[in-house]
Amino acid sequence: MDILPILSTLRRHKITALLVILEIALTCAIVCNAVFLVSQRLERIHMVSGVAEHELLEVELANIGPKADDSARTAEDLAALRQIPGVTSVASVNQLPFANSSNNSGIKIDRKQNKSSLNATTYYGENIADTFGLQLVAGRFLKADDYVDIDTAKKAFVAGDAKGLPKNTVITLAMAERLWPGQQALGKQIYMGNDLPLTVVGVIKNLVRPSIWDDATAQYSMLVPIQVSDGVYAIRTAPQERDRVLKAALEKLKQANPHRVVLQKRTWDEIREKFFQNDRAMTGLLVGVCVALLVVTALGIVGLGSFWVAQRRRQIGVRRALGATRGNILHYFQTENFLLATIGIVLGMALAYGVNLFLMVHYELPRLPVMYLPLGAVVLWLIGQVAVLGPAMRAAAVPPVVATRSV
Amino acid sequence: MFGYYLDLALRSLRRNKMLTALMVLAIALGIGACMTTFTVLHVLSGDPLPDKSARLFYPQVDPLDMDGYEAGKEPERQVTWIDGMNLLKAKRGERQALMTGGAVPVQPTQSSMDPFFSDARYTTADFFPMFETPFLYGHGWSEAEDDGKARVAVISRSLNDKLFDGKDSTNQILRMKDTAFRVIGVLDNWRPNPHFYDLNMGQYSVAEDVFLPLATSRDLNLARNGSRNCWGKGGGNDDEHLEVATCVWLQFWVQLQSADKAADYRTFLDNYSKEQKALGRFERPSNVRLSNLMEWLDVNKVVPSDVRLQSWLALGFLMVCLVNTVGLMLAKFLRRSGELGVRRALGASRREVFMQLLVEAGVIGLAGGVGGVLLAYLGLWLVRLQPADYASLAHLDLPMLLITFVLAITASLLSGLLPAWRACQITPALQLKSQ
Repeated sequence: MDILPILSTLRRHKITALLVILEIALTCAIVCNAVFLVSQRLERIHMVSGVAEHELLEVELANIGPKADDSARTAEDLAALRQIPGVTSVASVNQLPFANSSNNSGIKIDRKQNKSSLNATTYYGENIADTFGLQLVAGRFLKADDYVDIDTAKKAFVAGDAKGLPKNTVITLAMAERLWPGQQALGKQIYMGNDLPLTVVGVIKNLVRPSIWDDATAQYSMLVPIQVSDGVYAIRTAPQERDRVLKAALEKLKQANPHRVVLQKRTWDEIREKFFQNDRAMTGLLVGVCVALLVVTALGIVGLGSFWVAQRRRQIGVRRALGATRGNILHYFQTENFLLATIGIVLGMALAYGVNLFLMVHYELPRLPVMYLPLGAVVLWLIGQVAVLGPAMRAAAVPPVVATRSV
Repeated sequence: MFGYYLDLALRSLRRNKMLTALMVLAIALGIGACMTTFTVLHVLSGDPLPDKSARLFYPQVDPLDMDGYEAGKEPERQVTWIDGMNLLKAKRGERQALMTGGAVPVQPTQSSMDPFFSDARYTTADFFPMFETPFLYGHGWSEAEDDGKARVAVISRSLNDKLFDGKDSTNQILRMKDTAFRVIGVLDNWRPNPHFYDLNMGQYSVAEDVFLPLATSRDLNLARNGSRNCWGKGGGNDDEHLEVATCVWLQFWVQLQSADKAADYRTFLDNYSKEQKALGRFERPSNVRLSNLMEWLDVNKVVPSDVRLQSWLALGFLMVCLVNTVGLMLAKFLRRSGELGVRRALGASRREVFMQLLVEAGVIGLAGGVGGVLLAYLGLWLVRLQPADYASLAHLDLPMLLITFVLAITASLLSGLLPAWRACQITPALQLKSQ
């Protein structure tokens, strides 16, 4: 196909051709970035938690009356929950991953450090590793004799008495690699807050934080051997048993102490669902805008294509009369569209890069991976070809006799 | 003349229904998307107290120890009990209130209702007059009740509806955490947007259902909610000893007579910090901030970045739609070169032809605007179905409605300019010859 005649025709329709190019360029830039945003959100939605996702339940209770002997009550609750058939493990914890409210602490590797090395979530609760289903990669989990009661620990901390304080900790791989890159973390010492020394006895593969400010630090979590009685219970059971176990658990807890209110009763899947609901909504919106943009662009091409075909009926007739086949005419319009789309895509890529720079500055987004550009190009080429097909076929159907009319 | 142009425009638009529909749809989609996102942005970046926000201030002091000190870094966003109380008692502002969020177990007297937890705000007397909370019945409490740790409560209209069937419940007894409180006031519907006085509790969350004197909440050790940041040995304290702990967990607001008094108040804060350092309570050099309400919202970046991103996206979408419309309009106008040539040859000036085409563009804009408003209503309805806590606030108000129309017509007139100008450039003779 000779493209020179096409170019000379386009030169006579500069403004219209420019508008098509501009529309394709804008669409290309927006769609590339929107698809990139969607992929970022999807990646976030599928963030690894490190827990046995489909086996966990959460029940949270709060006392109506004044505080009573909490740790004894908690022990009774835990014993009652363990009796439920199907329950494999129970823990009284201070927080759950993705549950949004979190307890964190600055971590130092040297007591004399002025600034903390990082900020990590501190998970408390005996039996937490077993209940969450955490995966150990080195060392050991915390044992029953590592644990101290929270009230004892607090008193000891304020009094500066080392005896009642927790001594060991288990940290995530991400945290270990950030604190001691390339080194063995086991046996190393960290300082929680200002001066609570803890020895790393185990490293776990993953454990995500309850609330996430920065995805890069999402896995900075540690287990501290402190027993808590906050009324937050994590229950582990087989996925198909969850509904029954949750119902039974609520009943048992009500029996144990009716003078309290259930604040939370849900599966961990629901917690995850809720945590990412905004990301999911945003993903849907972005996909919707992409589709709408592509449809508008395609309709625009159809509209302009139809106009051009109608305007050039005579020329088409003349070409047909001079021996051009239907295929020649069809290819002419297809090539013309391909040319315009290509120029639009080249401009669009530059624009996409610019939009990405803007997003990087204002929305802390990473750089647009290069692979999105050819992907966007292919999509726009396809859209252009599909859109121009109708008008081009109509052009091909113009009979040669048109050339002889109205002369 | 305008009537004639309008008639010509309508005829021309009717002649090619598909193309007209395409142009109207493109403008409507672009305008609808923009109006939806701009309305959300407008609602979220609104001023919760327009008459007063310039006189309400949020002071910050730096009570931390030297651990992690960096000169000039923003101080803590809350205050300790000691600093909060000192600033409250100093009474340097016209009004001032110290507060924190919490949750209280409400025990209804009706046997049909189970006990439930309500969000609560523990605060001091000036909260109500300072934030101009509307009262349906009764009133707030006084300083004497703060000092006396009185068992009094102000409740929201919705809680009053739930517990007292909407009747005047002042002087009724409300049981919470096994304690009898006397209801002294019922607030009318009140939902400041954003939830500016404590942004830790959800930036666009609804106002609390129960308001209690701060001293009472401490006396009964009621559960508190919100952010708490501790240093030194502070983390070792439990909720019962927060008064002495090295932790920040309270919000302090002050109302000044005029914005000019802010400088005086800042000097007072600076002197206070120096005095506390001299006493040995503060370790860091004085580092104080005083933001007014709107500045405070900026500091906290309350408008979600996703909402801003959506606005940019909608703007980009509108641009594509407009380019699309310009292209289609150009095609349409040029197709009528013959007709325009005849009009020009019959004596219509270039200007008149230009005006005629602009009227046609305006008609498309108006139709697009109507479509855009309908789509914006649909879009906002979709936004309200979203899970975010600001979702229920997304409503189109009259100014936004007017802006929609102005935007739609301006946009389509602008996109009509180029095609109309281009179509006027044709030489009548040439067009007549080629007929």
